[in-house]
Order: sequence, then structure tokens, then C-alpha cells
Amino acid sequence: MSKEREAVIDPLFNNNPIALQVLGICSALAVTTKMETAVVMSLAVIGVLIFSNLAVSAIRNHIPPSIRIIVQLTIIASLVIITDQILKAFVYDISKQLSVFVGLIITNCIIMERSEAFAMQNGLKLSFWDAIGNGAGYSIVLLVVAFVRELFGTGKLFGVTILKPVTEGGWYVPNGLMVLAPAAFFLIGGFIWAVRAWKPEQNEEDFSAGALLELSHEGDLR
Amino acid sequence: MLEHYLSLATKAIFVENMALAFFLGMCSFLAVSKKVETALGLGGAVIFVLAITCPLNQALTVAFLQEGSLAWAGLPNLDLSFLSFLTLIGTIAAMVQIVEMTLDRYAPALYNALGVFLPLIAVNCAILGASLFMVERDYSLGEATVFGLGSGIGWLLAIVALASIREKMRYSNVPPALRGLGITFIVVGLMSIGFMVFSGIQL
Repeated sequence: MSKEREAVIDPLFNNNPIALQVLGICSALAVTTKMETAVVMSLAVIGVLIFSNLAVSAIRNHIPPSIRIIVQLTIIASLVIITDQILKAFVYDISKQLSVFVGLIITNCIIMERSEAFAMQNGLKLSFWDAIGNGAGYSIVLLVVAFVRELFGTGKLFGVTILKPVTEGGWYVPNGLMVLAPAAFFLIGGFIWAVRAWKPEQNEEDFSAGALLELSHEGDLR
Repeated sequence: MLEHYLSLATKAIFVENMALAFFLGMCSFLAVSKKVETALGLGGAVIFVLAITCPLNQALTVAFLQEGSLAWAGLPNLDLSFLSFLTLIGTIAAMVQIVEMTLDRYAPALYNALGVFLPLIAVNCAILGASLFMVERDYSLGEATVFGLGSGIGWLLAIVALASIREKMRYSNVPPALRGLGITFIVVGLMSIGFMVFSGIQL
């Protein structure tokens, strides 16, 4: 049980796919202007992740190593086609808003990386829990960013007005920057900062006078 | 006609910059931007692959996948557009492989410069993203070529700019928890604000 527990819990904060592994960032930034799209996107990614992990894990002993990338890509692309068709059938408006980003789940590195690094070596059950964990880790970042962007950018959550904007006779002046591209970068940067301040062992290279000295010897210091 | 292409190219390079306005190709954008030289190499490879795959995917879509495009084969009612994801990514993966082998055989110098980046590019979302945008916006073959080239150039500009900033940033004392990925995100955000200056420009 503990191994499965680890597979689910670890990716949430300790080994978050976005904050630490730098995976799947494109979609994380683009679909977070609204909670609605972020939730649908999270569900779509979790769904594709679970089934791709299961499929790859099931046939892992029969995939020739030299063509494994193409095999994985084909599995993922087929699953994304199914997801896209389901979204178009049931939530057409949101699928229009997500536009090309549903298709881009194919190249979402989280899915590729999990099938390559985890499902190729592990059994069905463990791969399933790994998919849940990593999908959840991805969703957490997506939902936090979307929450902040929608609430402060438009004063709404899920389209329901929370902070009444000035234009409708309320008091809140919407922060236009929040719905633009740069805000997403700032928020994810801030999220990473928060996670690493809480868990300092995730910090990257140390800044020190020694490193500076080394650089100046290389003649790199201009 | 030329003006139209010029306007499209400006739009692809600056106004709708793949990396800074649409967040495409972010993974390699952040991972391979520590040094200007490697950033240039990857950027060059991206331009190369985009300029080939974009028109190719356009031709394939028009010839086989669009509704009614199989009329020449006696199947006027067939709509295969649901297969486009699979076709696009298949074409990209195959093209990257072919480009890699051709370069290895005929242009070893170029292969040595771009070689390590080519496999990375098959799963770079900027490449697939450009093809998807191209399909969504119904570009013609000429437009697709210009759009592919322009997006590639825009991406190269963005990654080289980021790499230069990051090289300089090694001398700054950033708060420990923000070092590396965190501060890079914030820098990219500021760059993205810079690129917003171009919005609304039309030639």
C-alpha cells in the first residue's frame, strides 16, 4: 500500500510536475483565465494520463525500445482524439474556448514523461496511481492559478460574480493584467516560490561568491 | 499579395509570438535557455522543422482530411477531420526523423549543431501548435509556409532573448527559493509584457 500511497502523494507537492519537473507548462498557462476551462482541462489531462499510463504499462513488454516514442505518441494521440470528441459532444462551448489546447495535450510533456519514465517500468496498478497523483499535481497548479486570475481579473468564479465590478455598480475595479498572458507567468513563478519556501530542499543552484569568481576566471564576466 | 504575406509574418513573429503570447514550446523554452549558444541551436532547429511541417500538414489536410476533400477518390461525403491530431503529430514525428537522417548524411556540420535538439522537437508544442492554428484558420499553402517560418523566427527571438537575460542573471543575488525556475517565470512574464507593445500593429 505504501508504494501506491507514495505514487499518489509524492507528485502533489514534493515532486510536482509543473513546479519541480517543469512539465506541461504550455497548457497550464494558456487555459487558466477561467476556472471553468481550467477544470475541464484538468479532467481531460487526468483522463488521458490514466488511460495512456494503463495502455503503455499493459503492453510495456511488447514495445520494441527503438520505436517506443512513436508507439506512445500514437496511443496518446488516439486518446486525445477521443477526449476531443467527447468534449465537443457534451461541452461544446468550453471545447471552443480551449481551441487548440485540447490537441496540445498530445505534446503535453507530463503525459509523455510519465509513460516513458514510469509506465514503461511498472505494473498496471502502480501506473494507475501514478497517473492519478501526477494528474492531481498538475490540476492543483492549474486551479490555484485560474482561481486567482478569474477572481481578480473579472471578479467572478465559475462565471458567478463574487466581487461586484465597478462597471456593474459595485466597488471592485477588475485587474486587467490578470487576464493577460504575463499574469500567468507571475503567478506560476509565485507558486513555485511559495512551494520552495515551504520545502527548501527543492531549491536550485546556490548563488555564492565562489561561483562568481569561477566565472570571472572563465573570462565570462563582462 | 506580398503585403498580405508581410503582414502575416509580422503577426506571427511579434504580435502573436508563439512563446510569449500563446505559451507554446514552454518546456524546452525554459529548459534549454541557460546558454545563448544552445538557445540559438534549438531556435534554428525549430525554424527549420516549422518551415517544413507547416506547409506539409496544410497540404495533407486539404488533400485528405477536410470535409469533401476526398471527392477525387469518389468519396465526396467523407469527413476525416477527426483524424487530424493523429495525422499532424505523425507527420511531425516522421519529418523530424527524416530531417535528422538527411542532415546526418548530407550536412554533418549542421547535424552536429542541431542534432541533439531534433528529437526534442518532435514533442515541442510550438510545432504541433503552429499546425493546429494553421488548420483552425484555414491558411492556404503560401500562408502556411509564411506562418511556419514566422512563428519559428519569433520563437528563436524569444528564446535567445531569455537566454541572454539568464546568462546575465547569474550575477544577481536572487532569493534562494526563487532561484532557477521561479525567477525565470517572472522574467518571461516581464518579457511577455514587453512583447505586448506589438499588439495591434498591422502592416
